[in-house]
Amino acid sequence: MNSASVSLGATVSSQSRFTQLVLSAFLGLFVIGVVGFSHIDAVHNAAHDYRHSMAFPCH
Amino acid sequence: MNLFRNVVFIAAIAGLVAGVALACMQAFATVPLILKAEVYEQAGGGHQHEHAAAPAANATSTDAMSSAAPAPTEAAAPAEDEGWAPADGFERFAFSVLANIVTGIGFALVLVAVSEFAGGIGNWRQGVFWGLAGFAAFTLAPGLGLPPELPAMPAADLTERQIWWWATVAATAAGLGLIAFRKSLPLAILAVALIVAPHIVGAPQPNSFETPIPEGLHHQFVVAVTVTNLVFWLVLGAVVGVVRGRFTGTATGLRDSFA
Repeated sequence: MNSASVSLGATVSSQSRFTQLVLSAFLGLFVIGVVGFSHIDAVHNAAHDYRHSMAFPCH
Repeated sequence: MNLFRNVVFIAAIAGLVAGVALACMQAFATVPLILKAEVYEQAGGGHQHEHAAAPAANATSTDAMSSAAPAPTEAAAPAEDEGWAPADGFERFAFSVLANIVTGIGFALVLVAVSEFAGGIGNWRQGVFWGLAGFAAFTLAPGLGLPPELPAMPAADLTERQIWWWATVAATAAGLGLIAFRKSLPLAILAVALIVAPHIVGAPQPNSFETPIPEGLHHQFVVAVTVTNLVFWLVLGAVVGVVRGRFTGTATGLRDSFA
């Protein structure tokens, strides 16, 4: 983090860095939530085998 | 949004690679067992799956508004069908692959973002260790309380299980982070407490464990799910390490143009 060569986006401020990383993490959680945890029947059925194979709570 | 773009880029590549790998492993290891279980499901009382699934789906939607009331769900059950589903065969497989890739990118986004807070995944070996942590938090810990289940297996209320699942993932990840990055004994003790706590609370369990699925088939499925997820996380972490290494290797020269 303090050495530029081992950090992604070394030029951003720490405030902006924090925001962007939190944003990416939440984007990831949102994607997992929609595909793996949505209660909408069509979404459940489309990813049915996937949900079982990932041991996500299903049915 | 320079950093955000880089994180998404790395996550997209890693998620794609690991997602495709996982989809291939699932096609050979877990999906055949799911299909076998569906045969038992249909043999064990015809429409059992439909009857079991429809009220469950109903109950969870009404749960959001009021506390569980079994009577209206009974009445609504015949009207409720299961909605659109992909046709068996290629279409079903294609959607599974798609789900694998999309959530692979989702897991990669979480992995890259969290690891950046700790200085980033520098190479494939570090990535393997981060992958092990991801496996422990997302597969191992929730899988202890809620083992991978096959179709036609009894289960508690869906929303309750999902809440327990996410709480367990969060507590385990926080605990592992405390152990790995805080050199303090009290915090390490807190970390162990965090990791153990969800299992003391206990996962929501079904009222009855009666199922037409043979014990052997289920055990085989638990092993298949756990091992395929382990490989998925190791591949995901390693690819993040490799891609990020290439990125930062050139970024020292390209930094001005990125800025």
